Amino acid sequence: MPICNGRSTIAFSRSPIFSPLLQELEIIAEIPKEEYILKCTSACAGCSDSLALRYVLKAAGPDTVLVVPACCTSVIQGIYPNTAFNVPVYNIAFGAAAACASGMSNAFRKAGKKTNVIVYAGDGGTLDIGIQAMSGAFERGTDFLYICYDNEAYGNTGMQRSGATPLGAKTTTTPTGKTDFKKDIDAIIAAHDPLYQATAAAAYPQDLFKKVRKALTFRGPSFIHILAPCPPGWRYPTEKSVEMGKLAVKTGIWVLYEREYGKLTIGTQSKTAMKKPLPLEDYLAPQGRFKGIDQRAVDILKQRIAKTSAKLLSEEAAP
Amino acid sequence: MKKIATGNKAVAEAVKQVGPDVVAAYPITPQTEIVEQIAEFVSSGELKSRYIPVESEHSAMAACIGASITGARTFTATSSHGLLYMHEMTNWAAGARLPVVMATVNRSLGPGWNIWAEHTDALQERDTGWLQVYVSTVQEAYDATLMAFRIAEHNDVLLPVMVNLDGFLLSHIMQPLDTVELGDFIPPLNLPHAIDTKNPAGYGGLTGPDQQFLIRWDIERSMRDSVKVIEETERKFAKRFGRKYGFTEDYLCEDADVIVIALGTLGKEAEVAIDLLRKEGIRAGSMRLRWLRPFPKLELKGKQVVVIDRDYSFGRGGILATEIMAQTREELFSVIAGIGGQEVTYEDVADFVRNRRIGTEFWFGVNAHV
Repeated sequence: MPICNGRSTIAFSRSPIFSPLLQELEIIAEIPKEEYILKCTSACAGCSDSLALRYVLKAAGPDTVLVVPACCTSVIQGIYPNTAFNVPVYNIAFGAAAACASGMSNAFRKAGKKTNVIVYAGDGGTLDIGIQAMSGAFERGTDFLYICYDNEAYGNTGMQRSGATPLGAKTTTTPTGKTDFKKDIDAIIAAHDPLYQATAAAAYPQDLFKKVRKALTFRGPSFIHILAPCPPGWRYPTEKSVEMGKLAVKTGIWVLYEREYGKLTIGTQSKTAMKKPLPLEDYLAPQGRFKGIDQRAVDILKQRIAKTSAKLLSEEAAP
Repeated sequence: MKKIATGNKAVAEAVKQVGPDVVAAYPITPQTEIVEQIAEFVSSGELKSRYIPVESEHSAMAACIGASITGARTFTATSSHGLLYMHEMTNWAAGARLPVVMATVNRSLGPGWNIWAEHTDALQERDTGWLQVYVSTVQEAYDATLMAFRIAEHNDVLLPVMVNLDGFLLSHIMQPLDTVELGDFIPPLNLPHAIDTKNPAGYGGLTGPDQQFLIRWDIERSMRDSVKVIEETERKFAKRFGRKYGFTEDYLCEDADVIVIALGTLGKEAEVAIDLLRKEGIRAGSMRLRWLRPFPKLELKGKQVVVIDRDYSFGRGGILATEIMAQTREELFSVIAGIGGQEVTYEDVADFVRNRRIGTEFWFGVNAHV
């Protein structure tokens, strides 16, 4: 990644930096001061969707169009005729974001423009109603970045179960806890063999920033899946969103990684978590949605964490 | 240049000449020949469009919307279930004021699987904010497609336009086609609300009860304004290329006691029936309705009216008949004929006129007056 914008306050040499702390400082120095999400959004307190989007847009810069299907972000941007976002936002029907972006990207490229086309969609609009359009857009090699911010339910309609809701979580349509697993959208995306694919978390903005910057260097489809904890939906205090995201990574239930041209690299935070994970209960206990979760469900979740870690480690180790 | 072509090829030929920036389409019988032909034009380099072979009609219209909002010229084509699947996005295209042009090859709806001509597909899109024109010949399919771009993109309109042609009866039959030298007939598209990253704006976000009706009213206002744009476009087309069109195509209507009204090829078939009836001394005329939206003011005072609907609204009646009754406040003879490609000849049409019973509805083939 280039240190690109001249706004850095600390000058680094171009030699490889091995210290994770120095790497973090390098990225912080690189993050532009410009804000593309202005004040007076209609986000809930502690919203990590808007936290993530803040860094997505800082990474993407002003020559960017957001394509947003029905989701929390449709609400957060404000009410017509006002908008709190300082890039063009094209709102589109629930199942149509990737197809709309596909048309937009083709039109921009036909006109010789390099404008970034970024879909910013929730988990419902990605894993459920939007999956067909998304699959089509990836298969066609659309030059765009698809970002799914995942709060593991239909947030702005009042937390109904989605394909992304984890086993055991209570939602307004699974009042006794979900009995099915979270859909593995990353594996589905991987099957499309995109140029670049990553997971991220709103709780790790430097990592997210870096991944968005990288994704936008590819001419073709790329995908970033962001874990976005949701205070009203997950039922934890509003000031704990970052903590919740970090716990997800440290317990291993959320793994940070990236695949570049199909080659997997697991993030250092997740590598650490895989070696010595925090107990899953540390993540589940503070969340009201897991209150009274069946011990068998907890055990199954733990088994799946172990299985996912093993699978990713073996993929990474493969030549 | 004179040639022989099918209705589908005529549409594709018109699209090639207009040169949209983006074509997004999904195949469906009997529309396929249009998109195959366009794909061929694109691959041979004759047409410099981006062709997006989407995975569904819903995505076809979504892709046209995404392209159109950047200021690009867009085209798609569909039929029947494809159009129904697209329905959410046809509303979006009109609501977003995007001049998408679409050819709809009219076909019946399932179940059962019936691929033959019927107008119920497009008529279910009546209320979406699309302009709709119905054509009756290969030449007209070509001419109407050309004009559709000029009308849709006119800044007094900025609404999508649907060109309707009957499945198989027109899409797959061959007739003479005289193509034109387009010249500057269709000016470059200048979309006033095109996305500009240097001047960012939100599009289609949350809109409250104090604003939404204003946006809807603006669509209606443009729909009304489109009347003069259509007239002007058809007048300029006639002046430059010699072929005259209007909101209706009238045949021997002035002195007629009874007038037959229908859409598409049935409206053309009616002209032959009129000749037959005139020989028998029946003063009949035909008025083929071309534009369904905006719906024109029809001159029917003092005439008996026979409306043939190749469509139906269950629990109400023939859709065209009810539209006309709503305007004239007069009883008419409503014939439901040609559903799912049912054969209707000019002799049948003449029979409808001879045996008309004003104030009733007649299902052809069922032989029941209701």
